Amino acid sequence: MKERLPREAIAMRAAKELFNGAIVNLGIGIPTLVSSFIPEGIDIVFHTQNGALGFGPVITAEEFEEKADIDLVNASGQYVTPLPGMCFFHHADSFLMIRGGYIDITILGVLQVSEKGDLANWMFPGRGVGNIGGGMDLAFNAKKVIGLTEHVSKNGKPKIVNQCTIPLTAPECVDLIITDLAVIKVAREGLVLKEVAPGWTVEEVQSLTEPRLTIASDLKEIEL
Amino acid sequence: MALNKIVSTFEEAVADVPDGAVIMIGNFAGPGGTPYFLIQALKRQGAKHLTIIANTAGGTGLTLDYEDHKILFENNQVKKVIATFPFSASPSKPTPAEGQILAGEVELELVPQGTLAERIRCGAAGIPAFYTPTGYGTVVAKGKDTRWFNDRPCLLEYALTADYAFVRAYKADKMGNLIYRGTQRQFNPIMAMAAKITIAEVDEIVEVGDLEPECIITPGIFVNRIVKVKEDLGFPRHLERTFWVRRQR
Repeated sequence: MKERLPREAIAMRAAKELFNGAIVNLGIGIPTLVSSFIPEGIDIVFHTQNGALGFGPVITAEEFEEKADIDLVNASGQYVTPLPGMCFFHHADSFLMIRGGYIDITILGVLQVSEKGDLANWMFPGRGVGNIGGGMDLAFNAKKVIGLTEHVSKNGKPKIVNQCTIPLTAPECVDLIITDLAVIKVAREGLVLKEVAPGWTVEEVQSLTEPRLTIASDLKEIEL
Repeated sequence: MALNKIVSTFEEAVADVPDGAVIMIGNFAGPGGTPYFLIQALKRQGAKHLTIIANTAGGTGLTLDYEDHKILFENNQVKKVIATFPFSASPSKPTPAEGQILAGEVELELVPQGTLAERIRCGAAGIPAFYTPTGYGTVVAKGKDTRWFNDRPCLLEYALTADYAFVRAYKADKMGNLIYRGTQRQFNPIMAMAAKITIAEVDEIVEVGDLEPECIITPGIFVNRIVKVKEDLGFPRHLERTFWVRRQR
Protein backbone atom coordinates (compact mmCIF):
# COMPACT_ATOMS: atom_id res chain seq x y z
CA MET A 1 0.00 0.00 0.00
CA LYS A 2 1.28 3.39 -0.95
CA GLU A 3 1.37 6.06 1.65
CA ARG A 4 -1.40 8.62 1.84
CA LEU A 5 -1.08 11.96 3.59
CA PRO A 6 -2.06 11.87 7.27
CA ARG A 7 -4.91 14.08 8.54
CA GLU A 8 -2.41 16.60 9.87
CA ALA A 9 -0.89 17.00 6.41
CA ILE A 10 -4.34 17.59 4.87
CA ALA A 11 -4.87 20.29 7.49
CA MET A 12 -1.42 21.72 6.81
CA ARG A 13 -2.13 21.96 3.10
CA ALA A 14 -5.48 23.64 3.83
CA ALA A 15 -3.75 26.20 6.06
CA LYS A 16 -1.80 27.37 3.00
CA GLU A 17 -5.09 28.63 1.54
CA LEU A 18 -5.48 31.18 4.35
CA PHE A 19 -4.42 34.77 3.86
CA ASN A 20 -3.47 37.55 6.23
CA GLY A 21 -6.52 39.06 7.93
CA ALA A 22 -8.91 36.35 6.71
CA ILE A 23 -12.03 35.69 8.81
CA VAL A 24 -12.14 31.90 9.02
CA ASN A 25 -14.58 29.34 10.40
CA LEU A 26 -13.41 25.76 10.89
CA GLY A 27 -15.81 22.83 10.92
CA ILE A 28 -15.66 19.62 12.97
CA GLY A 29 -13.18 16.84 12.10
CA ILE A 30 -9.98 17.38 10.11
CA PRO A 31 -10.77 21.12 9.77
CA THR A 32 -10.30 21.72 13.52
CA LEU A 33 -6.63 20.72 13.05
CA VAL A 34 -6.02 23.60 10.64
CA SER A 35 -5.60 26.15 13.44
CA SER A 36 -2.38 24.39 14.49
CA PHE A 37 -0.73 25.01 11.10
CA ILE A 38 -1.19 28.71 10.40
CA PRO A 39 1.77 29.89 8.31
CA GLU A 40 4.24 32.21 10.04
CA GLY A 41 3.48 35.91 9.71
CA ILE A 42 -0.21 35.45 8.94
CA ASP A 43 -2.91 36.69 11.28
CA ILE A 44 -6.22 34.90 11.08
CA VAL A 45 -9.43 36.00 12.79
CA PHE A 46 -11.21 32.82 13.80
CA HIS A 47 -15.00 32.87 13.99
CA THR A 48 -17.10 30.33 15.82
CA GLN A 49 -20.86 29.75 15.55
CA ASN A 50 -21.38 30.07 19.28
CA GLY A 51 -20.43 33.72 19.17
CA ALA A 52 -16.74 34.57 19.32
CA LEU A 53 -14.18 36.15 17.01
CA GLY A 54 -10.43 36.46 17.38
CA PHE A 55 -9.71 33.72 19.92
CA GLY A 56 -6.49 31.67 19.92
CA PRO A 57 -5.65 28.00 19.39
CA VAL A 58 -7.32 25.04 21.09
CA ILE A 59 -5.62 24.58 24.46
CA THR A 60 -3.21 21.69 24.94
CA ALA A 61 -3.50 18.99 27.60
CA GLU A 62 -0.74 20.72 29.61
CA GLU A 63 -2.66 23.99 29.59
CA PHE A 64 -5.89 22.42 30.83
CA GLU A 65 -5.55 23.27 34.55
CA GLU A 66 -4.58 26.83 33.88
CA LYS A 67 -6.77 27.76 30.92
CA ALA A 68 -9.72 25.42 30.30
CA ASP A 69 -12.97 27.29 30.85
CA ILE A 70 -16.45 26.11 29.86
CA ASP A 71 -17.26 29.71 28.93
CA LEU A 72 -14.58 29.85 26.24
CA VAL A 73 -15.20 27.08 23.72
CA ASN A 74 -15.35 26.73 19.94
CA ALA A 75 -18.15 25.15 17.88
CA SER A 76 -16.81 21.65 18.61
CA GLY A 77 -16.92 22.39 22.33
CA GLN A 78 -13.11 22.49 22.55
CA TYR A 79 -11.50 24.89 24.99
CA VAL A 80 -9.68 27.70 23.21
CA THR A 81 -7.11 30.26 24.29
CA PRO A 82 -8.21 33.81 25.08
CA LEU A 83 -6.49 36.53 23.07
CA PRO A 84 -6.54 40.30 23.48
CA GLY A 85 -9.04 41.80 21.05
CA MET A 86 -11.35 38.79 20.91
CA CYS A 87 -15.04 39.53 21.24
CA PHE A 88 -18.29 37.76 22.00
CA PHE A 89 -21.77 38.11 20.55
CA HIS A 90 -25.04 36.20 20.51
CA HIS A 91 -26.10 33.54 18.04
CA ALA A 92 -28.21 35.75 15.79
CA ASP A 93 -25.25 38.10 15.27
CA SER A 94 -22.94 35.14 14.77
CA PHE A 95 -25.06 33.89 11.88
CA LEU A 96 -25.56 37.42 10.62
CA MET A 97 -21.79 37.29 10.03
CA ILE A 98 -22.13 33.97 8.20
CA ARG A 99 -25.26 34.75 6.18
CA GLY A 100 -24.17 38.32 5.58
CA GLY A 101 -21.04 37.18 3.78
CA TYR A 102 -18.45 38.25 6.37
CA ILE A 103 -16.75 34.84 6.54
CA ASP A 104 -13.91 34.73 4.00
CA ILE A 105 -13.15 31.03 4.24
CA THR A 106 -14.87 28.08 5.83
CA ILE A 107 -13.14 24.71 5.98
CA LEU A 108 -15.55 21.80 6.33
CA GLY A 109 -15.46 18.05 6.57
CA VAL A 110 -16.87 15.97 3.70
CA LEU A 111 -18.87 12.76 3.43
CA GLN A 112 -19.43 13.22 -0.29
CA VAL A 113 -18.67 16.01 -2.71
CA SER A 114 -19.90 16.04 -6.29
CA GLU A 115 -18.49 17.14 -9.60
CA LYS A 116 -20.48 20.37 -9.29
CA GLY A 117 -19.31 21.05 -5.75
CA ASP A 118 -22.45 19.78 -4.03
CA LEU A 119 -21.50 19.00 -0.44
CA ALA A 120 -22.97 16.30 1.80
CA ASN A 121 -21.58 16.21 5.32
CA TRP A 122 -24.34 16.24 7.93
CA MET A 123 -26.15 12.90 7.82
CA PHE A 124 -24.36 10.13 9.73
CA PRO A 125 -23.82 7.25 7.29
CA GLY A 126 -25.82 4.19 8.24
CA ARG A 127 -27.64 5.81 11.14
CA GLY A 128 -30.43 7.54 9.27
CA VAL A 129 -30.05 10.59 11.47
CA GLY A 130 -27.84 13.63 11.50
CA ASN A 131 -27.12 17.06 12.87
CA ILE A 132 -27.41 20.01 10.53
CA GLY A 133 -25.77 22.33 13.04
CA GLY A 134 -24.14 25.46 11.68
CA GLY A 135 -22.51 23.79 8.67
CA MET A 136 -25.40 24.41 6.32
CA ASP A 137 -25.35 28.18 6.85
CA LEU A 138 -21.57 28.17 6.37
CA ALA A 139 -21.68 26.06 3.20
CA PHE A 140 -24.36 28.29 1.66
CA ASN A 141 -22.93 31.63 2.63
CA ALA A 142 -19.15 31.71 3.21
CA LYS A 143 -17.17 33.41 0.44
CA LYS A 144 -14.98 30.35 -0.06
CA VAL A 145 -15.72 26.77 0.96
CA ILE A 146 -12.87 24.27 1.27
CA GLY A 147 -13.71 20.60 1.81
CA LEU A 148 -11.22 18.34 3.58
CA THR A 149 -11.51 14.58 3.37
CA GLU A 150 -9.84 11.27 2.88
CA HIS A 151 -10.04 10.57 -0.85
CA VAL A 152 -12.03 7.36 -0.37
CA SER A 153 -14.30 6.12 2.41
CA LYS A 154 -13.28 3.47 4.95
CA ASN A 155 -14.59 0.74 2.65
CA GLY A 156 -12.66 2.14 -0.31
CA LYS A 157 -15.51 3.92 -2.15
CA PRO A 158 -14.81 7.29 -3.80
CA LYS A 159 -16.02 10.27 -1.76
CA ILE A 160 -15.69 12.53 -4.79
CA VAL A 161 -18.70 11.43 -6.83
CA ASN A 162 -20.74 12.28 -9.92
CA GLN A 163 -23.84 12.84 -7.83
CA CYS A 164 -24.17 12.82 -4.04
CA THR A 165 -26.29 9.93 -2.80
CA ILE A 166 -26.69 11.21 0.77
CA PRO A 167 -28.65 14.33 1.78
CA LEU A 168 -26.96 17.57 0.80
CA THR A 169 -25.61 20.24 3.08
CA ALA A 170 -25.62 22.70 0.18
CA PRO A 171 -25.65 22.43 -3.60
CA GLU A 172 -22.73 23.80 -5.66
CA CYS A 173 -20.90 25.32 -2.73
CA VAL A 174 -17.42 23.75 -2.57
CA ASP A 175 -14.59 25.69 -4.22
CA LEU A 176 -11.61 23.51 -3.35
CA ILE A 177 -11.23 19.87 -2.26
CA ILE A 178 -8.12 18.81 -0.35
CA THR A 179 -7.67 15.09 0.28
CA ASP A 180 -4.95 12.69 1.40
CA LEU A 181 -4.13 12.19 -2.30
CA ALA A 182 -4.90 15.38 -4.17
CA VAL A 183 -5.90 19.01 -4.36
CA ILE A 184 -8.86 19.49 -6.69
CA LYS A 185 -10.46 22.73 -7.76
CA VAL A 186 -14.17 22.86 -8.51
CA ALA A 187 -14.40 24.88 -11.72
CA ARG A 188 -17.21 25.66 -14.11
CA GLU A 189 -15.91 23.03 -16.53
CA GLY A 190 -15.72 20.39 -13.80
CA LEU A 191 -13.07 19.15 -11.40
CA VAL A 192 -9.51 20.25 -12.04
CA LEU A 193 -6.69 18.21 -10.56
CA LYS A 194 -4.12 20.73 -9.33
CA GLU A 195 -1.83 18.70 -7.07
CA VAL A 196 -1.16 15.06 -6.29
CA ALA A 197 0.39 13.48 -3.20
CA PRO A 198 4.06 12.41 -3.44
CA GLY A 199 4.38 9.00 -5.07
CA TRP A 200 0.91 8.98 -6.65
CA THR A 201 0.16 9.23 -10.34
CA VAL A 202 -2.68 11.08 -12.03
CA GLU A 203 -4.10 7.74 -13.21
CA GLU A 204 -4.15 6.35 -9.69
CA VAL A 205 -5.94 9.41 -8.34
CA GLN A 206 -8.42 9.28 -11.23
CA SER A 207 -9.17 5.62 -10.55
CA LEU A 208 -10.29 6.54 -7.01
CA THR A 209 -12.38 9.49 -8.19
CA GLU A 210 -15.81 9.03 -9.82
CA PRO A 211 -16.02 12.11 -12.05
CA ARG A 212 -13.48 12.63 -14.79
CA LEU A 213 -10.71 14.97 -13.70
CA THR A 214 -9.27 17.67 -15.93
CA ILE A 215 -5.54 17.91 -15.40
CA ALA A 216 -4.26 21.40 -14.63
CA SER A 217 -1.53 22.59 -16.97
CA ASP A 218 0.56 23.48 -13.91
CA LEU A 219 -0.08 20.16 -12.12
CA LYS A 220 2.39 19.60 -9.30
CA GLU A 221 3.14 17.54 -6.24
CA ILE A 222 1.45 18.62 -3.01
CA GLU A 223 3.83 20.78 -0.98
CA LEU A 224 3.28 21.36 2.71
CA MET B 1 -36.98 48.69 44.62
CA ALA B 2 -40.36 47.55 43.37
CA LEU B 3 -38.84 45.62 40.53
CA ASN B 4 -37.12 42.94 42.55
CA LYS B 5 -37.16 39.86 40.36
CA ILE B 6 -35.11 37.59 42.60
CA VAL B 7 -36.61 34.19 43.24
CA SER B 8 -34.89 32.28 46.02
CA THR B 9 -35.16 28.73 44.70
CA PHE B 10 -35.13 27.07 41.30
CA GLU B 11 -38.22 25.08 42.34
CA GLU B 12 -40.17 28.27 42.89
CA ALA B 13 -38.89 29.73 39.60
CA VAL B 14 -40.32 26.89 37.49
CA ALA B 15 -43.35 26.01 39.64
CA ASP B 16 -45.94 27.47 37.24
CA VAL B 17 -44.71 25.75 34.05
CA PRO B 18 -47.83 23.96 32.77
CA ASP B 19 -48.10 20.77 30.74
CA GLY B 20 -47.75 21.54 27.05
CA ALA B 21 -45.52 24.60 27.57
CA VAL B 22 -43.09 25.73 24.88
CA ILE B 23 -39.68 26.27 26.47
CA MET B 24 -36.50 27.74 24.99
CA ILE B 25 -33.34 26.54 26.70
CA GLY B 26 -29.98 28.28 26.23
CA ASN B 27 -27.46 25.65 25.21
CA PHE B 28 -24.56 24.95 22.90
CA ALA B 29 -21.83 22.30 22.86
CA GLY B 30 -21.11 21.97 26.57
CA PRO B 31 -22.10 23.11 30.04
CA GLY B 32 -21.18 26.76 29.35
CA GLY B 33 -24.34 28.84 29.01
CA THR B 34 -26.74 26.01 29.88
CA PRO B 35 -29.20 26.75 32.74
CA TYR B 36 -28.36 23.54 34.57
CA PHE B 37 -30.33 24.11 37.78
CA LEU B 38 -33.50 25.31 36.05
CA ILE B 39 -33.45 22.11 34.00
CA GLN B 40 -33.02 19.96 37.13
CA ALA B 41 -35.90 21.82 38.79
CA LEU B 42 -38.15 21.33 35.75
CA LYS B 43 -37.47 17.61 35.87
CA ARG B 44 -38.53 17.48 39.53
CA GLN B 45 -41.55 19.68 38.78
CA GLY B 46 -42.60 17.17 36.15
CA ALA B 47 -44.49 19.24 33.52
CA LYS B 48 -45.22 17.04 30.49
CA HIS B 49 -45.91 17.30 26.73
CA LEU B 50 -43.31 20.06 26.50
CA THR B 51 -41.94 21.56 23.31
CA ILE B 52 -38.23 22.24 23.76
CA ILE B 53 -36.43 24.75 21.53
CA ALA B 54 -32.65 24.47 21.91
CA ASN B 55 -29.48 23.98 19.91
CA THR B 56 -29.26 20.31 20.94
CA ALA B 57 -31.58 17.76 22.50
CA GLY B 58 -29.02 17.31 25.27
CA GLY B 59 -26.44 14.62 25.84
CA THR B 60 -24.55 15.09 22.57
CA GLY B 61 -21.31 13.99 24.22
CA LEU B 62 -19.32 16.63 22.37
CA THR B 63 -17.50 17.64 25.53
CA LEU B 64 -18.39 16.68 29.06
CA ASP B 65 -21.20 14.28 29.69
CA TYR B 66 -23.45 15.97 32.22
CA GLU B 67 -27.11 16.22 33.18
CA ASP B 68 -28.33 18.79 30.70
CA HIS B 69 -31.82 18.84 29.15
CA LYS B 70 -31.37 15.22 28.06
CA ILE B 71 -32.92 14.42 31.46
CA LEU B 72 -36.24 15.92 30.32
CA PHE B 73 -36.28 13.37 27.48
CA GLU B 74 -35.26 10.53 29.81
CA ASN B 75 -38.10 11.58 32.10
CA ASN B 76 -40.57 11.49 29.17
CA GLN B 77 -41.52 15.15 29.55
CA VAL B 78 -40.95 16.15 25.92
CA LYS B 79 -43.44 15.96 23.05
CA LYS B 80 -41.50 17.92 20.45
CA VAL B 81 -38.00 19.32 20.01
CA ILE B 82 -36.88 22.05 17.65
CA ALA B 83 -33.09 21.77 17.37
CA THR B 84 -30.06 21.87 15.09
CA PHE B 85 -27.92 19.19 16.75
CA PRO B 86 -30.26 16.59 18.31
CA PHE B 87 -28.06 13.53 17.89
CA SER B 88 -24.86 12.38 19.54
CA ALA B 89 -21.67 12.56 17.50
CA SER B 90 -20.79 9.03 18.58
CA PRO B 91 -23.17 6.20 17.56
CA SER B 92 -22.20 4.15 20.62
CA LYS B 93 -23.57 6.84 22.93
CA PRO B 94 -26.87 8.00 21.38
CA THR B 95 -28.72 10.88 23.02
CA PRO B 96 -31.82 9.88 25.01
CA ALA B 97 -33.80 11.87 22.44
CA GLU B 98 -32.53 9.76 19.53
CA GLY B 99 -34.45 6.60 20.40
CA GLN B 100 -37.60 8.59 21.16
CA ILE B 101 -37.36 10.47 17.86
CA LEU B 102 -36.76 7.31 15.83
CA ALA B 103 -39.65 5.57 17.63
CA GLY B 104 -41.93 8.50 16.80
CA GLU B 105 -42.52 9.31 20.48
CA VAL B 106 -40.90 12.72 20.16
CA GLU B 107 -41.40 14.93 17.12
CA LEU B 108 -38.23 16.50 15.74
CA GLU B 109 -38.04 19.71 13.75
CA LEU B 110 -34.46 19.81 12.48
CA VAL B 111 -33.36 23.35 11.66
CA PRO B 112 -30.10 24.87 10.38
CA GLN B 113 -28.48 26.74 13.25
CA GLY B 114 -28.54 30.18 11.66
CA THR B 115 -32.18 29.72 10.74
CA LEU B 116 -32.98 28.67 14.31
CA ALA B 117 -31.23 31.76 15.69
CA GLU B 118 -32.98 34.08 13.24
CA ARG B 119 -36.39 32.49 13.86
CA ILE B 120 -35.93 33.19 17.56
CA ARG B 121 -34.64 36.71 16.96
CA CYS B 122 -37.59 37.44 14.67
CA GLY B 123 -40.01 36.01 17.20
CA ALA B 124 -38.61 38.46 19.72
CA ALA B 125 -38.66 41.33 17.24
CA GLY B 126 -42.26 40.95 16.09
CA ILE B 127 -41.26 39.84 12.57
CA PRO B 128 -43.53 36.87 11.79
CA ALA B 129 -41.48 35.34 8.96
CA PHE B 130 -38.46 35.91 6.72
CA TYR B 131 -36.66 34.48 3.69
CA THR B 132 -33.19 32.96 3.95
CA PRO B 133 -30.93 31.35 1.33
CA THR B 134 -29.84 28.58 3.72
CA GLY B 135 -31.41 25.22 2.94
CA TYR B 136 -32.54 25.66 -0.67
CA GLY B 137 -32.07 22.41 -2.60
CA THR B 138 -31.77 20.34 0.59
CA VAL B 139 -34.22 18.43 2.81
CA VAL B 140 -34.72 21.65 4.76
CA ALA B 141 -36.57 23.15 1.80
CA LYS B 142 -39.28 20.48 1.84
CA GLY B 143 -42.74 22.06 1.79
CA LYS B 144 -41.39 25.60 2.11
CA ASP B 145 -42.25 28.56 -0.07
CA THR B 146 -39.30 29.59 -2.27
CA ARG B 147 -38.69 33.03 -3.72
CA TRP B 148 -35.75 34.52 -5.55
CA PHE B 149 -34.08 37.65 -4.21
CA ASN B 150 -30.93 39.15 -5.79
CA ASP B 151 -30.57 36.06 -8.00
CA ARG B 152 -30.63 33.68 -5.05
CA PRO B 153 -33.38 31.22 -4.19
CA CYS B 154 -34.56 31.68 -0.60
CA LEU B 155 -36.86 29.79 1.76
CA LEU B 156 -39.69 31.20 3.82
CA GLU B 157 -39.09 30.53 7.51
CA TYR B 158 -41.42 31.37 10.40
CA ALA B 159 -40.56 33.09 13.66
CA LEU B 160 -40.45 31.22 16.96
CA THR B 161 -41.66 32.39 20.34
CA ALA B 162 -42.06 30.52 23.61
CA ASP B 163 -43.97 30.48 26.86
CA TYR B 164 -40.73 30.30 28.85
CA ALA B 165 -37.05 30.90 28.22
CA PHE B 166 -34.52 29.33 30.59
CA VAL B 167 -31.33 31.32 30.19
CA ARG B 168 -27.88 31.19 31.76
CA ALA B 169 -26.05 34.44 32.40
CA TYR B 170 -23.08 35.59 34.44
CA LYS B 171 -24.43 38.47 36.51
CA ALA B 172 -27.84 40.03 36.95
CA ASP B 173 -28.76 43.16 38.80
CA LYS B 174 -31.98 43.16 40.78
CA MET B 175 -33.86 44.68 37.84
CA GLY B 176 -32.90 41.68 35.70
CA ASN B 177 -30.30 43.38 33.52
CA LEU B 178 -27.92 40.64 32.42
CA ILE B 179 -24.31 40.28 31.38
CA TYR B 180 -22.75 37.11 30.03
CA ARG B 181 -19.34 35.57 30.29
CA GLY B 182 -17.44 34.56 27.13
CA THR B 183 -19.15 32.08 24.84
CA GLN B 184 -21.80 31.50 27.52
CA ARG B 185 -23.83 34.07 25.60
CA GLN B 186 -24.75 32.00 22.45
CA PHE B 187 -28.57 31.62 22.22
CA ASN B 188 -29.31 33.08 25.66
CA PRO B 189 -29.87 36.79 24.82
CA ILE B 190 -32.18 36.09 21.86
CA MET B 191 -34.18 33.48 23.78
CA ALA B 192 -34.51 35.89 26.71
CA MET B 193 -36.28 38.31 24.35
CA ALA B 194 -38.53 35.75 22.64
CA ALA B 195 -40.46 34.27 25.57
CA LYS B 196 -43.41 35.43 27.64
CA ILE B 197 -41.61 34.50 30.87
CA THR B 198 -37.83 34.53 30.98
CA ILE B 199 -36.02 32.96 33.91
CA ALA B 200 -32.31 33.66 34.28
CA GLU B 201 -29.90 31.44 36.22
CA VAL B 202 -26.85 33.51 37.20
CA ASP B 203 -23.59 33.30 39.14
CA GLU B 204 -24.15 36.56 40.93
CA ILE B 205 -26.94 39.04 41.64
CA VAL B 206 -25.70 42.59 42.19
CA GLU B 207 -27.28 45.87 43.25
CA VAL B 208 -28.97 48.07 40.67
CA GLY B 209 -26.26 50.37 39.32
CA ASP B 210 -23.41 47.91 39.82
CA LEU B 211 -23.40 46.77 36.19
CA GLU B 212 -21.92 49.22 33.67
CA PRO B 213 -24.94 50.40 31.62
CA GLU B 214 -22.89 50.21 28.42
CA CYS B 215 -22.02 46.57 29.08
CA ILE B 216 -25.53 45.23 29.68
CA ILE B 217 -26.41 42.69 26.99
CA THR B 218 -29.96 41.76 27.98
CA PRO B 219 -32.03 44.70 29.23
CA GLY B 220 -33.97 43.81 32.36
CA ILE B 221 -37.36 44.35 30.72
CA PHE B 222 -36.93 40.94 29.07
CA VAL B 223 -36.22 39.11 32.32
CA ASN B 224 -38.99 38.13 34.73
CA ARG B 225 -37.22 35.98 37.30
CA ILE B 226 -33.61 35.66 38.42
CA VAL B 227 -32.19 32.85 40.49
CA LYS B 228 -28.66 32.64 41.86
CA VAL B 229 -26.60 29.49 41.50
CA LYS B 230 -25.56 28.29 44.94
CA GLU B 231 -23.43 25.22 44.22
CA ASP B 232 -20.27 24.86 42.21
CA LEU B 233 -20.67 22.11 39.64
CA GLY B 234 -16.95 21.55 39.39
CA PHE B 235 -16.62 22.34 35.68
CA PRO B 236 -13.42 24.14 34.69
CA ARG B 237 -14.11 27.85 35.10
CA HIS B 238 -11.82 30.56 36.37
CA LEU B 239 -14.20 33.26 37.47
CA GLU B 240 -11.52 35.16 39.37
CA ARG B 241 -8.66 35.05 36.94
CA THR B 242 -9.63 34.97 33.30
CA PHE B 243 -8.35 37.86 31.33
CA TRP B 244 -11.69 39.43 30.47
CA VAL B 245 -13.08 39.26 33.99
CA ARG B 246 -10.39 41.42 35.55
CA ARG B 247 -11.43 44.27 33.29
CA GLN B 248 -14.94 44.33 34.72
CA ARG B 249 -15.95 46.10 37.87
